[in-house]
Amino acid sequence: MATEILMPALSPTMEEGTLAKWLVKEGDTVNSGDIMAEIETDKATMEFEAVDEGVIGKILIAEGTEGVKVNTPIAVLLEEGESADDIQLSAPAASEAPVAEAPSAPAAPAAAAAVPAAPAVDIEPDYPAGTEMVQQTVREALRDAMAEEMRADEDVFLMGEEVAEYQGAYKVSQGLLDEFGAKRVIDTPITEHGFAGIATGAAFGGLRPIVEFMTFNFAMQAIDHLINSAAKTLYMSGGQMGAPMVFRGANGAAARVGAQHSQDYAAWYMQVPGLKVAMPYSASDAKGLMKTAIRDNNPVIFLENEILYGRSFEVPKLDDYTVPFGKARIWREGTDVTIVSFGIGMQYALEAADKLAEEGISAEVIDLRTLRPMDTPAIIRSVMKTNRLVTVEEGWPQGSVGNYISSVVMQEAFDYLDAPVINCTGKDVPMPYAANLEKHALITTDEVIAAVKQVTYR
Amino acid sequence: MAARKSTKKPNVSADELKKYYREMLLIRRFEEKAGQLYGMGLIGGFCHLYIGQEAVVVGLEAAAKDGDKRITSYRDHGHMLACGMEAGGVMAELTGREGGLSKGKGGSMHMFSKEKHFYGGHGIVGAQVPLGAGLAFADKYKGTDNVTFTYFGDGAANQGQVYETYNMAQLWDLPVVFVIENNQYAMGTSVQRSTKSPALWKRGEAYGIAGEEVDGMNVLSVKEAGERAVAHCRAGKGPYILEVKTYRYRGHSMSDPAKYRTREEVQKMRDERDPIEQVRDMLLTGNHATDEDLKAIDKEIKAIVNDAAEFSKTSPEPALEELWTDIYA
Repeated sequence: MATEILMPALSPTMEEGTLAKWLVKEGDTVNSGDIMAEIETDKATMEFEAVDEGVIGKILIAEGTEGVKVNTPIAVLLEEGESADDIQLSAPAASEAPVAEAPSAPAAPAAAAAVPAAPAVDIEPDYPAGTEMVQQTVREALRDAMAEEMRADEDVFLMGEEVAEYQGAYKVSQGLLDEFGAKRVIDTPITEHGFAGIATGAAFGGLRPIVEFMTFNFAMQAIDHLINSAAKTLYMSGGQMGAPMVFRGANGAAARVGAQHSQDYAAWYMQVPGLKVAMPYSASDAKGLMKTAIRDNNPVIFLENEILYGRSFEVPKLDDYTVPFGKARIWREGTDVTIVSFGIGMQYALEAADKLAEEGISAEVIDLRTLRPMDTPAIIRSVMKTNRLVTVEEGWPQGSVGNYISSVVMQEAFDYLDAPVINCTGKDVPMPYAANLEKHALITTDEVIAAVKQVTYR
Repeated sequence: MAARKSTKKPNVSADELKKYYREMLLIRRFEEKAGQLYGMGLIGGFCHLYIGQEAVVVGLEAAAKDGDKRITSYRDHGHMLACGMEAGGVMAELTGREGGLSKGKGGSMHMFSKEKHFYGGHGIVGAQVPLGAGLAFADKYKGTDNVTFTYFGDGAANQGQVYETYNMAQLWDLPVVFVIENNQYAMGTSVQRSTKSPALWKRGEAYGIAGEEVDGMNVLSVKEAGERAVAHCRAGKGPYILEVKTYRYRGHSMSDPAKYRTREEVQKMRDERDPIEQVRDMLLTGNHATDEDLKAIDKEIKAIVNDAAEFSKTSPEPALEELWTDIYA
């Protein structure tokens, strides 16, 4: 049967073009791959190849014709034994491309109602009342969490710079090499981009890697693999394969280490669908969240803090203590204002709440613990009670975690707000080295107190 | 570590030759059809065709065994067909349909198959190289003797992460075959214009990695080199580099007019070195197959490709609910 050769689309955006030149004439035999014509798009002149073999029966569009619409028949190809006289022309072909449906994408599953009833919030404690507690540093809690999960699952391994023989640049992996050996506790060269990619590939291959970045500042060398390789593959593969793994390490400012070693990445990673993001404050949450992170079948960004590593907290003495993702912790109940924070920001939030209590202001302090998923119902529920909200974080102000919380609260609990939400953040500057400047660049307890007084009109 | 060239006559059966002919032809005809569907507006966005490079994947697949893994860049249709993924599923992914291998959510550049051990389909130049080494890491960790074929182009060969990966792959003896598909052009930039060190396989020497240059237009040369590389990896000797000299006949992607090279250069390669024609000649001159035999294969391939095209047109677009699935496991 004679086949119509159609005007091709030669770029993602081409709708019409110029048939610049025919390189074949009627009666010529063509084979697939032979160049038949030159076609000019708005961007370039392209060669147009034959896909089938046959004889050019008729040329329908003369060379030099401009504005030839895509999918218009431009020639007819004959098979063996056919003659040009047999050709019956069809009407100009309509595009076979599917007509896009009206763009009525369904709303996200968790679409918000305009003014919600009090959201259902899980405020159950993470461990039974009466559980024995032990004092532990965040550092020890993280190590214990990794060790427990490595004992439970042979496929879990730790990889990073100085994690093995040096026992961890911040001693978080102390003792792990002795217990698990060099096969599972692996020192890498200083090549974040490469080892983050290797770990992600290992996760595709069925292992459950924990990747330590000495600090998250260095993960910027590797961020392509965290986002493009680890976070997106499950979706791109239609659910066939993903990356069950943890990227962990110190995040945010330490002390006097300057601009390139002092950035808080919470807001960056929080933005990415496919990632989960945990940022604990206390040792018990560090332990419980780390165990949950290692068991999670998705890539988890686990943001630790160098200053917090040495802090001691009470940790429940349980064989298998986990903290679920997406469940905030209410550290302190209050009635006048809600202070929401996470990670080291909690230190300022709690200090401020103590001082405010002395002045008769009752602050409710919420630790988000994970930023993705984020327990916004817990925030909404609290704001419905206090009618005032202050967010506290160390990161920069523009595009901050607090900005996102503000937008959610505005959309879901606008009528409950008695004052604009204030986002307390680090200053909009690279981190300076000088001690006095650094102190001012970070969020301070006094700033949190001032913000609370502003929203409570005191 | 020196480059080796095969001198002896290839030891290959007529059936094997016919198999390679068939597999290469499938890729060629599939890609031509994809180009045609792109021209009709049925395939959108980026579409990178593999025409001209068929001998590379077909030769290396001939050296692979069950459980071996493969990973590549966005020019991935040929790799998928060569490892046995369904032509209809690939084509329907190109058209963004429900029946596509990624349910229409990946597109030309992003397809995967756990069953066939094909790990994508990656769009960031060079990113698949550490990912491939990571797959090999997993095999070594689990104690299998499988290898991972990690394909990348001459363009990616200049990426920093490739060398980070070489270093760790050799340090840890990872069973990974690094396959540099040197088709001579990184989009529009020839190898000569991007490096003064054009022997890409030799760059492994700095890390102690063995390698060789391979005639990528000759499927039997590729197979033989692949067998050497695989034997090296399976023996626990660490990675191996194959720089496979090949040529893409088409532009970098569908919208590339390929003005950076002459038409004569392309035509000369097609006339003198075409990988499919070479096997066709071997089959006919060696009396391993008749013209009729080959015509029957052509016909069979045409039917497969037409069926794939038909499926890719009739499979429905994904349900809108799919927008929200597969984000988290």
